[in-house]
Amino acid sequence: MSTTTLPNAAPVDQTPAPAAPPRRTRGRGQGSRVGSLVSHAILIVASFAALFPIAWLVFLSLGPDKDDYLHPGRIFGKMTFDNYTFVLTETNFTDWLVSTLIVSLGTTVIGVLVAATTGYAVSRMRFPGYRKFMWLLLVTQMFPVAVLMVPMYEILSELQLIDSYLGLILVYCTTAVPYCAWLLKGYFDTIPFEIDEAGRVDGLTPFGTFARLILPLAKPGLAVAAFYSFITAVSEVAFATVFMLSDTKYTFAVGLQSFVSEHDAQRQYMAATAVLVAIPVSAFFYLVQKNLVTGLTAGGTKG
Amino acid sequence: MTVAIDRATGKRRGEPDPRRGGRLQRLKQSYQKYWYAYAMIAPVVVVLGVLVLYPLARGLYLTFTDANSLNSARTIGVNEIEATYQWVGLDNYADILWGPTSYDRFWSHFIWTIVWTVLCVTLHYVIGLGLALLLNQKLRGRTLYRLILVLPWAVPTFVTVFGWRFMLADSGIINSALDSIGLPSPQWLEDSFWQRFAAVMVNTWCGVPFMMVSLLGGLQSIDGTLYEAAEMDGANAWQRFRYVTLPGLRTVSSTVVLLGVIWTFNQFAVIFLLFGNTAPDAQILVTWAYQLGFGQQPRDYAQSAAYGILLLSILIVFTSVYRRWLDRNEQSAI
Repeated sequence: MSTTTLPNAAPVDQTPAPAAPPRRTRGRGQGSRVGSLVSHAILIVASFAALFPIAWLVFLSLGPDKDDYLHPGRIFGKMTFDNYTFVLTETNFTDWLVSTLIVSLGTTVIGVLVAATTGYAVSRMRFPGYRKFMWLLLVTQMFPVAVLMVPMYEILSELQLIDSYLGLILVYCTTAVPYCAWLLKGYFDTIPFEIDEAGRVDGLTPFGTFARLILPLAKPGLAVAAFYSFITAVSEVAFATVFMLSDTKYTFAVGLQSFVSEHDAQRQYMAATAVLVAIPVSAFFYLVQKNLVTGLTAGGTKG
Repeated sequence: MTVAIDRATGKRRGEPDPRRGGRLQRLKQSYQKYWYAYAMIAPVVVVLGVLVLYPLARGLYLTFTDANSLNSARTIGVNEIEATYQWVGLDNYADILWGPTSYDRFWSHFIWTIVWTVLCVTLHYVIGLGLALLLNQKLRGRTLYRLILVLPWAVPTFVTVFGWRFMLADSGIINSALDSIGLPSPQWLEDSFWQRFAAVMVNTWCGVPFMMVSLLGGLQSIDGTLYEAAEMDGANAWQRFRYVTLPGLRTVSSTVVLLGVIWTFNQFAVIFLLFGNTAPDAQILVTWAYQLGFGQQPRDYAQSAAYGILLLSILIVFTSVYRRWLDRNEQSAI
């Protein structure tokens, strides 16, 4: 694809940088010491920026007094895990943990399953209505919460699903599935069609081919889809705030908010809760992260 | 993305032309040939239909009424109160777009939403691309860097936003640091300009990892021989970047930029959690619509939904234009 554009490079080359004869052009992967030092420096600064807010939160969570976040220097002298003990024993933390896990794992399982079949169908079969369907999947990404919230509330209350885990799981699936289906379609596209054909020749049904041949090959893509669904479900705030009513069924996103207004001045507990929430999610993240790069863009990268 | 969709699969090979025969027969044929395809997408269609398309239609209907939490059907104790809202036609839209104080209620937020989206997506993309390029080199410890750099993505937004709130508080760490090196310390969470600044900063921080990882995937899929060929032709580092890397990233870029625009435009959590109700100037349209529909009493469902419909229309128009633009560029490139 870029071979057509390459010749254009030649004319530009006629104006070489001052005191830089063409021979000094450095090859890829043979960067100088300076170059690699600069890269390291930038990456270290960026890593620091990425790490600091979270590290800071962890640090603050160790300070026992509510105003410690204003005088971080004092925390060193009196570090304690008391905040964690308080959060774990005196609040609804365990309830929130259970409901968050139910909702997010439910979304992950249902979402990935549904997205996988959809992704496979759009990847392998050009059925009538295919393009419209892809367009629909894209458009559902755009729906702002404001339009859907009230009608969804009405529907869920008619179905008796307000304040129930299943209702929230279904709502999250509507945001997670379209993107995951897209992503998985891209991944399935990279699996050779010959594998399907071989499966068919050996007498497998379309579903059999899918379940026995394609799914095992698509593990990296599935891992990314699972991660995306999980993160969507854990992080979502707006729907959870409106749809979950009883405080034992709050997910963390809502629970943490209620905690803030309840203990507004006691920020140390808030920090401790936030850290406790971050741990399971990050753990899950690092389980799948190996597959992230390959799975995320497999389909989109083919020019 | 367009390429991915348009890509013909091998499935068409040697099939009879489905256009033969009558409409009914064609339908039957298509059903016989594709029934499993339809069976596989049926769950999605049902869920999306019930939970997205029907609510959308219903939401659209609400925008033509004056529904709010006082006149909607509701149950108080054992009494069921019937809905009493009325059809008002296009009044809601007219009021939002041209009504009195419409500048404060809509246009100021509209402009800010556009600025916000452009700023955030540009920053996401540029920083993400820069980091991806750095990580794509043979570099000691790059796995470690990658693990750390994706951290903002790994931790749920609502957690990190609280972390930022601590840091941005009046005498929080950021202002203390700025003070100690003699710079002015702005009121991040109170002053309206700095609120916006803080919102963009936090959202950039949250969104870069996604771009970085996606673009890294794109970079790794570029054929190495192209770089060798470019080197043989004497291209310097900038030229290799401009004429090999950027064209090679085209497909990934167009997809992630589109998704980035959609997600940033609809970004709810960052602004909502960073400021709550305290920052009327920093509200983008999504959070403003939520505010109208759920953050005040009485809840104004109709206006909130009308904002939502306007938002959706803006996005759909943008996406169509964007895709057409992509398609045209694709053709001119060939």
